[in-house]
Amino acid sequence: MNPYLAGTLLGLVLLLAMVVSGRGLGASGGVKYCVVSIVGAVSPQHVESSEYYSKYFENSKKPLTNWLVLEIFGVVAGGFISGAVSGRLKLKVEKSPKITVSRRLIFAFLGGVFFVYGGQLARGCTSGAALSGMAVLSVAGFVTMITIFGSAYMFAWVFRKNWI
Amino acid sequence: MAPLSSLYVFPEWLNMLMAFLIGTGFGFALEQAGFSSSRKLAGMFYGYDATVLKVFFTAAIVALIGSQFLGFFGVLNLNQVYVNEFYVTASVVGGFIMGAGFIMGGFCPGTGICAMSIGKIDAMVFVAGGFVGAFLFTETYSLIEGLATAQYRGPVKINEVLGLSPGVFTMILVVAAVGMFWLAELAEKRFARPDITNDL
Repeated sequence: MNPYLAGTLLGLVLLLAMVVSGRGLGASGGVKYCVVSIVGAVSPQHVESSEYYSKYFENSKKPLTNWLVLEIFGVVAGGFISGAVSGRLKLKVEKSPKITVSRRLIFAFLGGVFFVYGGQLARGCTSGAALSGMAVLSVAGFVTMITIFGSAYMFAWVFRKNWI
Repeated sequence: MAPLSSLYVFPEWLNMLMAFLIGTGFGFALEQAGFSSSRKLAGMFYGYDATVLKVFFTAAIVALIGSQFLGFFGVLNLNQVYVNEFYVTASVVGGFIMGAGFIMGGFCPGTGICAMSIGKIDAMVFVAGGFVGAFLFTETYSLIEGLATAQYRGPVKINEVLGLSPGVFTMILVVAAVGMFWLAELAEKRFARPDITNDL
C-alpha cells in the first residue's frame, strides 16, 4: 500500500483507540504482561517476594487478560490477515545476501532484548511512547521519538554490514 | 463525550474484544505499510527506503488533527485522554537503548510482532529476544529504579512548554512533516539501492 495511505490508516486506528479507550496504541507493554504471566506460572514464590511482580497479581488480577495483551494478539491476527490478502504469508528468514542466517538471527535476538528493555525504561516503545505520545502532544513522545531515531542513526554505521 | 471507557463500564469480555479489534487494525495497518520487512525498515537509516518516516509522521498527524477536531466539536474530551508522563532521564536513556535495538534487530516491538504473524523467522527470534528483554527489566528494576524515576516532569505537553496553542503547534508540525516527506523522497532517489529494494 502507498505509505501515505497506510500511514493515514494507522493514524485512524490510533484515533479510534483514543476515542474508545482514552489511550493510544502499544506493543511492548503487552510483551511485559505476557512475561509477568509466565513468571507467575513458573515461580509463584518469586512473584510474591518481588515488589515489582506482585503488583500485577493484586486482587487476584490475571496479567494475561489485559488490554495490552489482547491488543498484541490482535496485531498478530491483523498482520496475518493483511499478509494473506496481499499474498505475503511465507516462512522465511529475511536478511541481506551478504550475511549468514545465524548472524541475522543473533542480531535479531539482541535487537529484541535491547528494544523491549529500553521500551520498559522509557515507559513505551515506538508505538506507545513515540507515536501515541506525539499524537497527544506529550513532550515524552517527542523526546522518545528523537532519541530512538537519533540513536539508530548513530549506530547505523557500526551495523552497516548487516544491511547494506 | 468520548472516550467511551469514561462513559460506560464495559463488561470484561467486551473490553477484551475491543482491545483485540483495535490490535487487529493496528497489525493490518503496519503490515500494509510494508513494516513486516526488516530490510525495508532498516532502509530508513541508510537512506534507500524512507517508508518509516512517511508512515510514522502521516499517522501521527492524522491522529493529532483528528483528535483536535473531535475535541473542538465536543465529541472527545481530550482531558480524559492519557498523556505520557515525562521522566527525562528514562526517556532519553530508554530511547537510546531502543535505537540500538532497532538497528541491530531491524524491528521495533509492534513491527516485530506484525512480521512474525506473516512467517518471518527473524521476527519470531526478535520477539523472543523481546521477552528476554522484558524479563531482564523486571529482574533488574530494583537496580535501575533511581534512573527510571529521575527528573519527573509530569504529563507535560510540548505546545504548553513552547507557549503555543495546540492548533498552532499542530500546524507547525504538519508543515515540518511535509518538509520531511519532501526530503525523504529526495533521499530515496539519492541513496537508491535497487539491488535491495527489488528483493523486498
